[in-house]
Amino acid sequence: MFQPSPWRADFPAIAALQRQHQTYLDSAATTQKPQALLDALTHYYSHGAANVHRAQHLPGALATQAFENSRGKVAYWLNAASPDQIVFTHGATSALNLLAYGLQARFNAGDEIVISALEHHANLLPWQQLALRQGLKLVVLPLDQHGLIDLDAAHQLISPRTRLLAVSQLSNVLGAWQPLQPLITLAKAQGALTVVDGAQGVVHGRHDVQQLGCDFYVFSSHKLYGPDGLGVLYGRSEALALLDHWQFGGEMVQVADYQSATFRPAPLGFEAGTPPIASVIGLGATLDYLGSLDQNAIASHEATLHGHLLRGLNDREGAQVLGRPELALVSFTVEGVHNADLAHLLTEQGIAVRAGHHCAMPLMKSLGLAGAIRVSLGLYNDSDDLERFFSALDQALELLR
Amino acid sequence: MSLSIEAQGALETFQQAAGWEQRARLLMQWGDRLTPLNEAEKTADNLVHGCESQVWLTAREQDGRWLFTASSDARLLRGLLALLLVRVNGTAIDELEHLDLPDWFNQLGLGRQLSPSRSNGLNAVLQRMRQLVAGA
Repeated sequence: MFQPSPWRADFPAIAALQRQHQTYLDSAATTQKPQALLDALTHYYSHGAANVHRAQHLPGALATQAFENSRGKVAYWLNAASPDQIVFTHGATSALNLLAYGLQARFNAGDEIVISALEHHANLLPWQQLALRQGLKLVVLPLDQHGLIDLDAAHQLISPRTRLLAVSQLSNVLGAWQPLQPLITLAKAQGALTVVDGAQGVVHGRHDVQQLGCDFYVFSSHKLYGPDGLGVLYGRSEALALLDHWQFGGEMVQVADYQSATFRPAPLGFEAGTPPIASVIGLGATLDYLGSLDQNAIASHEATLHGHLLRGLNDREGAQVLGRPELALVSFTVEGVHNADLAHLLTEQGIAVRAGHHCAMPLMKSLGLAGAIRVSLGLYNDSDDLERFFSALDQALELLR
Repeated sequence: MSLSIEAQGALETFQQAAGWEQRARLLMQWGDRLTPLNEAEKTADNLVHGCESQVWLTAREQDGRWLFTASSDARLLRGLLALLLVRVNGTAIDELEHLDLPDWFNQLGLGRQLSPSRSNGLNAVLQRMRQLVAGA
């Protein structure tokens, strides 16, 4: 039965891609953008760009107001206690690096940082490198057989030496919600800081950072149907106060002298230089658009499509799904078929999926895989997209076998 | 630089191929004809970095001409490697650097396999080949 997406027409690129015979199933890498965002960007650039927090002139005042309104919208989206808890960065990666550098002085040799085995490079390498710089120990929580962080092991590994826990909410490879709540509780009981990488999680459903109880929550705009070049760092006020200033330059400074300077607190103190103004305004427009939609209808649409995808793959002989994906995406391999060959033939047929290690090399190694194909869904996908994918997959497998 | 008889044959076959399916079948056939590397040649030194698949490439000189061997664990890539070797093997030592290899793949109708976003490894192989040639 055909399952249309009621929101498909709101994303003009989907129709444009379809005219080029491209079926877009790579939304976990980046998403297509709603018309509301395109309109906001056009409006900003065609009505007068200006820098923010600097100029006294009218364009500057308008840009600053729109920029700060977006901060408020992000705070509302995450249910943060205040817009001052929202720092704009240049991406999720940049937000995680800000944390790894900003917290560096808080750690001493021998302290432990705990991550999980499924972290993508953005939530692994900043901590790994911090550990190397400071002589810390990086502890990696193993996964259970279903691809979830193993809580029994976490009970053992999160210890009084743990100073920070950094884990993903939703794996970009395994597509399953991780047991955040018990992990955060364990870490807090040891007095450790908690960082949640919401890069994938924020895209599906609404999340309440106060309810989660984490110290920091990070996501990137472009995966949430927003513009690229923009990330968000939420921090509890007490946690943000622990951060040392990291990047220095315009706007983040209070008083500057040739030999010394004082700096602003969060959020502006961590937004050195001209921020991605248009992107911030654009993200605000995207959140307005997403907020106007029926969240239950989106969740149910995504769940139906995901079930369809999972059933279709399970029906195919030799297809092996990684972990137990619950939503958003499915990664798989096919017995006896190299994923690069499969990727090649899917590309030839206009199916845009991701192949390879998905920026999570250690995870793929631990699963004993050189790579996998990942099909990921956005709210604009419909069941015809999946049918095109399945038909291309069947054709490819027929050729390869 | 004239094409060998084999390379000429490859060109004619691929230029006549209608559609992606036939090209894929041809690539697999060419890949199957690639002389397998022996295990001793599959060393870390011969491994080409920057590929999602494993690719090995060796180069040596014989009577003033290049002789490359290559292999991969991915079948379609093996086909691309076979098409590369058929063009470069036997080239005079000082001629190879002047050879326009992307153009060769364009002529075969396989130019898209070289787009920068492709992580299939062909770009990395060409780069490695240039390094090997420059180091000679």
